[in-house]
Amino acid sequence: MTEQTYAPGTYPDLPPPSDTVGPIHWLKVNLFSSPINSIVTLVAMYLLYLSLPSAISWLFIDATYVGETRKDCAPEGACMAFIGERFNLFVYGFYPAELRWRINLAAILLVVAGAAVLWDKMPARKHMIKFAMVYPLIGAWLLSGGFFGLEHVGTHLFGGLMLTLTIGVTGIVFSLPLGILLALGRQSKLPIIKYFCIGFIEFIRGVPLITLLFVASTMLSYFLPPGTTFDLLLRVLIMVTLFASAYMAEVIRGGLQALPKGQLEAADSLGLNYGQAMRLIILPQALKISIPGIVNTFIGLYKDSTLVIVIGLLDPLGIGRASVADTAWLGLSTEVYLFVAVFFFISCFGMARYSLYLENKLNTGHKR
Amino acid sequence: MSEAQSNSTTEKCIEIRNMNKWYGDFHVLKNINLEVCKGEKIVICGPSGSGKSTMIRCINRLEEHQQGDIIVDGTELTNDLKNIDAVRREVGMVFQHFNLFPHLTVLENCTLAPIWVRKTPKAEAEKTAMEFLERVKIPEQANKYPGQLSGGQQQRVAIARSLCMRPNIMLFDEPTSALDPEMIKEVLDTMVSLAEEGITMLCVTHEMGFAKKVADRVIFMDGGEIIESNTPHEFFDNPQHDRTKLFLSQILGH
Repeated sequence: MTEQTYAPGTYPDLPPPSDTVGPIHWLKVNLFSSPINSIVTLVAMYLLYLSLPSAISWLFIDATYVGETRKDCAPEGACMAFIGERFNLFVYGFYPAELRWRINLAAILLVVAGAAVLWDKMPARKHMIKFAMVYPLIGAWLLSGGFFGLEHVGTHLFGGLMLTLTIGVTGIVFSLPLGILLALGRQSKLPIIKYFCIGFIEFIRGVPLITLLFVASTMLSYFLPPGTTFDLLLRVLIMVTLFASAYMAEVIRGGLQALPKGQLEAADSLGLNYGQAMRLIILPQALKISIPGIVNTFIGLYKDSTLVIVIGLLDPLGIGRASVADTAWLGLSTEVYLFVAVFFFISCFGMARYSLYLENKLNTGHKR
Repeated sequence: MSEAQSNSTTEKCIEIRNMNKWYGDFHVLKNINLEVCKGEKIVICGPSGSGKSTMIRCINRLEEHQQGDIIVDGTELTNDLKNIDAVRREVGMVFQHFNLFPHLTVLENCTLAPIWVRKTPKAEAEKTAMEFLERVKIPEQANKYPGQLSGGQQQRVAIARSLCMRPNIMLFDEPTSALDPEMIKEVLDTMVSLAEEGITMLCVTHEMGFAKKVADRVIFMDGGEIIESNTPHEFFDNPQHDRTKLFLSQILGH
């Protein structure tokens, strides 16, 4: 290359050297940057070569997706026909078949409400948000019924995917506001509020969720006045929400503490009152910082919903376990657990991706 | 100007009487007495740790005092939240580190308090905000976020944000200390033009040129006490106390 000279102040922006861009460069930097890295890459490729073809042929090529009985399944492939046969059980639990439209309707409305909350370009979003605010009531009414002309369905019939979603959505929707209140309460100058919040958070965090679920299923009735009966699922929902809110509070407290003190001082000096300062200045920033932790807690809560199996409620994992024991379809645990794992993975991975999207969207370039 | 000065003898804007403040056992402010008349420009200087920032932060109750009285525009600062909010509405403050709200645009920073505290309609608040942004000479940045501006620009936004509340009193807490030399001038120019309009100003700063130019009075603090308070002319040419002389020789001597 010839050395070209420019007068001071006129040096142009040049493109980067050609060996620092492009796919070859990507391979070099990411897969073969050092001898150790190259060896790891080759070993990983060899392992993939060993495992991928057989896994693909088991799951797709030799697999049986349509069939009535165990005998229809090819012995060397996956027997997905079983999943198909049990699909309604996995999705609806033991909900009466003729009432399943209520679950479907609740799910469609959940998508609409969720879109309004999560997607800021939703048409007529302001009105849709109002709908989303009342959705929990509508959803509960559709699923459980009991008034306004809907037949009551006992929560002992809830199960499968709809049970997971019920627990997950309830926990997520209620634990976030509760966690915010607990985090703010923990910083309160009023000792009663402060120590109540600290006590609550530390107690809940100090006890395993499974213990709380047992408390929910048995001991609550000792504490409550005799004669009051509480639906088992409702107790579980309360316990799961409280459990997640304690973790949420600590995640949000981290966000609150990461904010410079000057933000609250600036809000104060402008005459904003406490509520306005929190709502308009502090929480938007603190929650933004806490997004990874909040979503982490959501994912944990969602997966912890499988623990309800210990008190006799059957989520997809519970239904899977029951299905594996079916004598007509013996030896299909791989297929069943794979199905359950894929189901959980898709939901949790979706949440993780959304959190990344949100972080990027809210980044206003003040990280310096 | 002359009108403001003829009023200044009569109307008291801020009265601080026998004010004391402690951080735990540490006595930070000792028996502070200060009266500020309407339209007066006061520059407060002193070594670091002398309590000058703490003192002006007491005036809008960002810091609580434990003894004595502070009366701002006829309102006494007590634990009454209503009084505190009333005072804060009338007193603007500019901070060393700007403290702009990074999640809001420059325009939103300026309109937030008028909309929520003064209940100004949004369109009107935006119009006012644009006027003040023009006055601090950055209207073209209105839709950017603070993180995209230089330090000097951010500080000018912070000044505009305070002015949008149309305060009677402006407090400046070392507004140029966090800025590069090139940017100090643009902020000081803004403050000088503000001073010429007759607003009451209390300014903690080490910019002695600014003090000479605009101050009606210079106050020197050390060890939590007001050591000396005088006109800039007397203060710089004929300081009364040894401590003041030492301080001046140190900051002017280099």
